[in-house]
Formats: sequence, C-alpha cells, structure tokens
Amino acid sequence: MTALRPDLAIIADNVAPGSRVLDVGCGDGALMAALRDERQCDARGLELDGHNVAAAMARGLSVVQGDADTDLADYPDSAFDYAILSQTLQTTRRPDIVLENLLRIGRQAFVSFPNFAHWRMRAALVTHGRMPITRQLPLAWYDTPNIHHLSIDDFRDFVNARGIAVEGCWFLAGEKRRGSGWANLLAQHAVFLLRR
Amino acid sequence: MSEDTRFGLGRTVTLPGPLRLDGGGSLAPVEIAYETYGTLAPDASNAILVCHALTGDQHVASEHPRTGKPGWWTRMVGPGKPIDTDRFCVICTNVLGSCMGSSGPASRNPATGTPYAMAFPVITIRDMVRAQAMLLDHLGIERLFAIVGGSMGGMQALSWTATYPDRVAAAVVIASTARHSAQNIAFHEVGRQAIMADPDWRDGNYYAADTTPSAGLAVARMAAHITYLSEAGLTEKFGRKLQGREAKTFGFDADFQVESYLRYQGLSFTDRFDANSYLYITRAMDYFDLAEEHGGMLANAFRSSRARFCVVSFDTDWLYPTAESRAVVRALNAAAAPASFVELSSPFGHDAFLLENAELARLVDGFLRAGDGK
Repeated sequence: MTALRPDLAIIADNVAPGSRVLDVGCGDGALMAALRDERQCDARGLELDGHNVAAAMARGLSVVQGDADTDLADYPDSAFDYAILSQTLQTTRRPDIVLENLLRIGRQAFVSFPNFAHWRMRAALVTHGRMPITRQLPLAWYDTPNIHHLSIDDFRDFVNARGIAVEGCWFLAGEKRRGSGWANLLAQHAVFLLRR
Repeated sequence: MSEDTRFGLGRTVTLPGPLRLDGGGSLAPVEIAYETYGTLAPDASNAILVCHALTGDQHVASEHPRTGKPGWWTRMVGPGKPIDTDRFCVICTNVLGSCMGSSGPASRNPATGTPYAMAFPVITIRDMVRAQAMLLDHLGIERLFAIVGGSMGGMQALSWTATYPDRVAAAVVIASTARHSAQNIAFHEVGRQAIMADPDWRDGNYYAADTTPSAGLAVARMAAHITYLSEAGLTEKFGRKLQGREAKTFGFDADFQVESYLRYQGLSFTDRFDANSYLYITRAMDYFDLAEEHGGMLANAFRSSRARFCVVSFDTDWLYPTAESRAVVRALNAAAAPASFVELSSPFGHDAFLLENAELARLVDGFLRAGDGK
C-alpha cells in the first residue's frame, strides 16, 4: 500500500488497535483504510467532497458526505475512542465549535494543522508584504479553503484556556519529524492528541 | 440433487398466511411472484433482496414478459455486475398490491370468487416487507446479506432494517426517503384522482368490463413521470422543439416533443400496469413515515439494527431530494449505525438510479464487498 501522509502516519502509529475512530475530513479514506487493515479499527468518516466519499465507499469504508461545521452535532456523545481532524481545522468556519464537538464525540481527539507561524511564512509576509504561498499552503488568498490560519502557539493557548489536556504533540518540518524546540518557528505542521 | 423449484425465474408461490396488515385485518392466502438469480449458498448466507420502485416488478434482470424489454436493473444485477449473481443469490419480489403476480386488487377474492378490486385491503410499505419476509421463510433464508432498493424500494429497505433488525446485515438505500412529504402525497393524489375520474374506472370494478380506465392511468403516469425527471434534463432532451411539424398548429395536438413523449410514456404504461394497483401502491407510499412508526424519532427506527447502511442521493432528484437522504443519515449517525452517504451528480433527476452511473456501480460494489468474508 502507498505510504500515508506524514501527519496521518503519526496518527496511525498512535491509535490503539481495535478502537472506534471517526475521521473528520477523511478525504479518500487513506487513513481509515490503514486503521482498518493494520489496526483492526472500526473506522467511520465524514467528508465534504462527493468524489472523495465515493472513492472511500468503493474501498468498503463507512463514510458520510457532510460538513464538519454543521454535521458533527448529529453524532452521539462518546461514540468513538478517537475523533480525528487532520488538516481540516483551518478550513472550518468555527474551529472552536468543531473542536468542542470532536472532544464530545471522541474520548480523545487527534488534530493536525499547518503552522502559519513557520519562519518561511513570516519571512514571506515581512519581505514581500504578500500572503505567503508555500508548498504546505500552496493556494492564493482568494481561492484557499483555509479561512482560519493558526499557529502552534495559538493552538496551545486555545486548548489551555479551555482546560483541554494535551496528551501528545508531534511536529513536522517538510516530511520529517522534528523535536518540539522552537516548534512555533521551525515546524511546518503539528499533530496534537487532546483529551477532555 | 433434485432441482429446487423454489428458485429460478418466473416463480409464484401461494403462502397460507394470514398476513396481518397495518391497516387492520389480514390477508390470506398471500400470493407472491418473484425471481431468483444465482445460487443460494448451503448456509443461505449470500442472499440479496432487491426491491423495486412503484411501477417496477420482479423482472430485475430478466426480460419483461409483456413488454419484451430487458430487466429494469440489468446495469446493476447480473454476473460480474455490482450485485454479482455469480457470488450472490439475488431475490426480487413483486410487491404486495401490485399486478405482476403478487396478491393485489386484481387477484381473486376467495370470499366472492371475483377480483378484489377496491375490496382489497389498503396496505403499507411495512406490509409489503412482511410479505417479503414470509417468502424468505419459504426459501429458507433467515438473514439477508444485503437489501438493496431505489425509490420505493429504498423505503422497503429502510422498513426491513427497522422491522427485522436481526435479519439484515446491510442495506443500500438509493434516491429514497424515510417518509413521504406533502409534495410527494400531492403528486400521488393528482394521479389517483385522474384514475378515479375516468368513467371506465367504475369504482374499481372494471375487470369484467370491456374497457379499463386507461386514460386516467395514462394521465397519472404522465404527471408522475415529470417528477422522475429534472428540468435541466427535460430542457436538454426536448426544449421547445416541435414534434413532426414545422410550425405550431394552434390547437391541442401534441405540437411539442415533450408532449408526445409524455403521451407515449402514459399509453405504454397502461399496457402493463393495473390502475387499481397504482392506487394501492401510491397509497402505501403516502402512508410511509418510518419515524412515526417509532415514536416520532427516526433514530429509534435504527436502534436495534446491526446493519451497515449505504445511502445515496442524486443532486437533481427533486422527488426525493438529498435533504431526505440526509435526514436518514442524521438518524443513522444518532443511532451510531455504520452508515455511508454520498450525493452523486447526475442530470437525470430521480430516474438517475435506474440509469448508467459508473460511480453508483462502483460504490455499491465496494459496499457489498466490504461485507464479504465477515
């Protein structure tokens, strides 16, 4: 099978085998398929794009076409061991409500997002005075789905203020994992494991 | 091993009943016309029940005896098709109330020796499902590998999972709904009134007469047919093009192509369908409200079910629009049922589920394969 995207690989490595998982913004189901096939998880997905949903369903996965902003309310409390939100938080209209729902539906939540405070982004904005376009965030300001940019420090402040426990965090620069030192400046991507 | 005559094409069975009905009373005996395709596994674990729509029949993948046309879902059912008759034993029954061999208003009333006509009891979707369950008992099938249905067939699939939660492992519900809306009922009422306004209807007692209410039935079919299409599809196919003439006649002939198309659809329907059956089956659909049967909470309908669900809608279907499917999916999520849902894109409106759609074929295939080997 093809290798998982690095942030998904981190999540897959840290999900307990046999657990019940809801993958919000599951794309074509790559992570769900890995969790099902390698970790014997009962995985369910939610995905906005119909073609992605059809592709995931053709893989035999249970995926519902829907919107994280509006459809998470339909899921019962504590229905899953993990709720996963990978590279989707910055595209939601109300990330705060989405996170609350994640932690209501799942006992724990994995959240991964691109770090807008990475030094390349800072440099691009300072040097050129233009919204940065990088390999991680390749779209121009007018057609990007990312409407709530955030940094790693923003996220830490947010979860601290709400009393959400951080059970784990992982950082990526390019495709490679890196330590937590100066993460807000040097990491391009972060993965957090949260608990209510 | 002797050939088991319960299986094969063109089967009819008379079950003693009685079949208790939602509307009160019961029906006995119960005739069910059905077909099976493929071979039932020794442990009967590979049965798929395919449920037809309002005007469909048991000839899902075999030639229709009256029209000579191929089955209504040969795209989906057959060797190597998504509902693979090499792997599965596919069963399709003519629903209770219909006119292709199952008990309906045209059947002989044992009390009088003449056709029931309007003395046939009013039936519901759940009654149809109960009759199907009786047939499965007869065939020795305790549990369905899957139940698959579009439109009214989807209502039966939903009703199955609620009525017999232990007997269904997977359900595919396409272009359907958990309840008939006021608009759905309104269109059906137009059709019924057209039939009942036809002088040849004779309060339903036309079976011994020379004429049947074909004009009324044709109008009912024309009105319904419009709801199966989309405005964009109709515009693309017909626009305002004239039929077989250069100019408008300023009369009431079928000047426009869309008019002659509808007239043809209406007339060809009267050759193969019984007007009274149309009344009974549309009524059954109108009464369908799965939430109402479960204390007003649709999620309650699915609480006991352990089935996997696959719900599909089409973006141009305004008869059972995506919102209806979403309501089903919301309830499934609330019941924590394993559910998939997708809205597929098609220009063909409600009819899309009967037409070629590679994406539908692929995901039904994937959904059924996911249940294999469990």
